[in-house]
Amino acid sequence: MIKTNKKTPKNIILSLEDVSISYGTFEAVKNVFLNFKAGDITSLIGPSGCGKSTVLRALNRMNDLISNCSLKGTVLFDGTNIYDKRVDPVEVRRRIGMVFQQPNPFPKSIYENIAFGARINGFAGDMDELVESSLRKAALWDECKDKLNDSGYSLSGGQQQRLCIARTIAIEPEIILMDEPCSALDPISTLKIEETMHELKKNYTIIIVTHNMQQALRVSDMTAFFNAIEYEDGDGGKVGYLAEFNSTKKIFNSPKEKTTQEYISGKFG
Amino acid sequence: MNSLYYQKKLSRNVVDKFFTSLSVFCALIAILPLIFVVTYILIKGGAQINPDLFALEPNPPGDDLDAGGINPALIGTLVITTIASIISIPVGVGGGIYLAEYSKGGPFSKFIRFGVNVLAGVPSIIAGVFIYALIVSTKILFGSMYSGLAGGMALSILMLPTVIKTTDEGLKLVPNELRYASLGIGASMYTTVLKITLPTAFRSIATGVVLGIARAAGETAPLIFTALFSYYYITGFGDLFYEMGSLAVLIYNFALEPYDAQNKLAWAASFILVLSILSVNIFSRILAAFTEKTKRV
Repeated sequence: MIKTNKKTPKNIILSLEDVSISYGTFEAVKNVFLNFKAGDITSLIGPSGCGKSTVLRALNRMNDLISNCSLKGTVLFDGTNIYDKRVDPVEVRRRIGMVFQQPNPFPKSIYENIAFGARINGFAGDMDELVESSLRKAALWDECKDKLNDSGYSLSGGQQQRLCIARTIAIEPEIILMDEPCSALDPISTLKIEETMHELKKNYTIIIVTHNMQQALRVSDMTAFFNAIEYEDGDGGKVGYLAEFNSTKKIFNSPKEKTTQEYISGKFG
Repeated sequence: MNSLYYQKKLSRNVVDKFFTSLSVFCALIAILPLIFVVTYILIKGGAQINPDLFALEPNPPGDDLDAGGINPALIGTLVITTIASIISIPVGVGGGIYLAEYSKGGPFSKFIRFGVNVLAGVPSIIAGVFIYALIVSTKILFGSMYSGLAGGMALSILMLPTVIKTTDEGLKLVPNELRYASLGIGASMYTTVLKITLPTAFRSIATGVVLGIARAAGETAPLIFTALFSYYYITGFGDLFYEMGSLAVLIYNFALEPYDAQNKLAWAASFILVLSILSVNIFSRILAAFTEKTKRV
């Protein structure tokens, strides 16, 4: 394990220090300082193009897959800057799992969807047990215990998304990142996923990007509001920044920033 | 006001009719050669089919009574195509994986894609001459000159572009979400390729490979320079290093003989060759249709 000597306060599992992310020469988000507390659900909200998804993907180095994306600053996880040259992104992603916007189960059976991640992580225990416990944690067990050998695609959209959550849980990550996990789902499925998240909170730290402010209010302990401002040189390009970060209650009831107030009351975004 | 009813004599309707029939006519002419060639060969060659054909060696021309069979050529075609597949499938699939999964669209991958397209257009005889110069005339393969092995190498050059292209395109059809899903739970790149993307694209790759094999199996020119021809049974592994017969070259050789018996044998061989290439093509169609149906397994 590579350790840097930087100190992070207790309970802080992941912290961003002066992080700026660019796509080529275009700066997407600038100078973000953010601390995520262990065991919390933190939601990232903000108008389109404010860089919240970009920040989320930076947390487990998924941005590496976008060829011209670069990051400045440090992302500290477990005392290590995950953007250190010596860090293996594969190892980072094993400890910080991700659930995507579109449900994306593998074209394999439900059982194999969950076993896949565990197997590549060298899981040696009872696979049946792991599959069951992961599906239970994702509140999907009762619905699919009789058809574990059916294809993952045979499930409904909401069930597929919970399968993707179960798949992520199966690798026993410390943090689960969710990128608008409910945007492709109907309200009932959304509610189920939110219930699942409340369950998961006991064991995992969750960071979720959402466009749905009601959802942020319902599920999260902390809320980070991102906004975008136009460049000073005035060519119309926008750069995202972290406008306000506080407990969800404070953000929604007594925000400090005027823009936060305007965004949550629906005046823009 | 014009009536809303369809009027036959209106000039635009007359011209429309004319162009429709013209294009149908052209389409029919385009398909005629295929129909004629296939039926002619089926009739001419089908009459020559008998059990001995598959069992016997061909007799040397001049023995006017009986031409024998095409067993060595049939086995030879199978062997040579298998050698070509063994060489070109791993290399081609590997190259396709590089293009689709690892390359980032830089000058190197652009160069490879361009090269593959050029290679696909190279006349097959060039592949034969190339292997002749490289392998046959230099006796580099343990002193052997014309050989089944050299024939397989020549055909593998022809198969390679098809295999690379279909692998590249098949992999590109796999949605990126699947890759992210796998990488997002901590799979490494090679696990993702081997366990997720490659199996998802398997059927479309297999279809391309089968088409490549079908193309290679019917080639004559590259084999004349490399495998040449043989009248004798293939009996063992060692025969790979000697001249080897093939259906295509048998047809080429015997169709030009002045003797009727040999001509008939050539017809029979044509029949077998056309039938097997046709069935391989149909097989690949079925495979492709199967892919279409099970895309969202």
